[in-house]
Amino acid sequence: MTRNQILDQYFMDSRAKLIDIAAFLDRVDRSEGTSDFRLKAFSEALKALESDQPNRAKKVLMTLSDPTEQPIAAAPGKGACGAWPGIETGNR
Amino acid sequence: MRYIEPHGHMVSRTTDDYQAMALAGCVAVCEPAFWAGFDRSSAKGFYDYFRQLTSYERQRAAKFGLQHYTWLCINPKESEDIKLAEEVLAIIPEFISEENVLGIGEIGLNKNSRNELKVLEMHIDLAARNDQLILVHTPHLEDKYKGTKLILDALKSDGRIEPERCIIDHVEEHTIELALDQGFWAGMTLYPESKCTGARAIDMLENYGHERIWMNSACDWGPSVPTAVPRAALEMRRREFSDDLVDKIIYQNPATFMRQSPRFKL
Repeated sequence: MTRNQILDQYFMDSRAKLIDIAAFLDRVDRSEGTSDFRLKAFSEALKALESDQPNRAKKVLMTLSDPTEQPIAAAPGKGACGAWPGIETGNR
Repeated sequence: MRYIEPHGHMVSRTTDDYQAMALAGCVAVCEPAFWAGFDRSSAKGFYDYFRQLTSYERQRAAKFGLQHYTWLCINPKESEDIKLAEEVLAIIPEFISEENVLGIGEIGLNKNSRNELKVLEMHIDLAARNDQLILVHTPHLEDKYKGTKLILDALKSDGRIEPERCIIDHVEEHTIELALDQGFWAGMTLYPESKCTGARAIDMLENYGHERIWMNSACDWGPSVPTAVPRAALEMRRREFSDDLVDKIIYQNPATFMRQSPRFKL
């Protein structure tokens, strides 16, 4: 497919998502208190969008992933929050 | 359009969903055992669940002309309790020869804990001893990359396991190569909020090829769309995939994998 055909199909949808991200960050800025590791992870992941390489989705996912290799001692619960807490300490 | 839903938790869906899937061209649905949204209180809860999967749900699907197959296990979300897992694994052989059982699944990891890994290894051993296919659940969100690597290591470390008889499900852009490069199958789960959209799944088809790969909706009790696979097929056509290629991805590929079980007959 041509580049413009891809734009025809996906530009409006991606434009809406881009504005949603901008509005989300504005909303976070307007709110009170401190933020946890998720905001730092989000900001780090945004940097991948500035790349001109063809693996931006993979880079975003890796930024939000636990990079450690050993099993943890016990499951702290069942859920996942979408970002790795260790990114705050840079303990990769 | 014809398609197979290779991963759908139909026990949590309504008959309207069966009807919608049938109308969209679904011919067979394959249902891995999973977490109910709450922890079952004993192995007896799993016994009844396995009865539901091997008997009642088959009949419900048949009312809409759909074949129904299933996979058995204790889900990784309930694998922290080793004793419960041992009790559940002990009752699986009673059901493993039922007509619609394709293998052991969806096994894997959730939070990547030591106990989860131990229970995964117990499931792998059960599958190997009974010559069963394996369907793997990979963890959610931040835990997926690490968990996928641990799971693949566990599978590869058991010399009885053949990668082409294992599907690594819920892959995303950062894990798909890990599975495919080591000879495993890869499943892409189409979710509205997490995992993978149809557009991203098609991107992965364009980037990583069309072999040993399928799409599923994994429809369950959470935000999910039972007709996600045919919706992705429509998007494939918008992306200029040929009818033959669409058919390969949503029908022939899952059929090829599951025909490795003699019980899968379309």
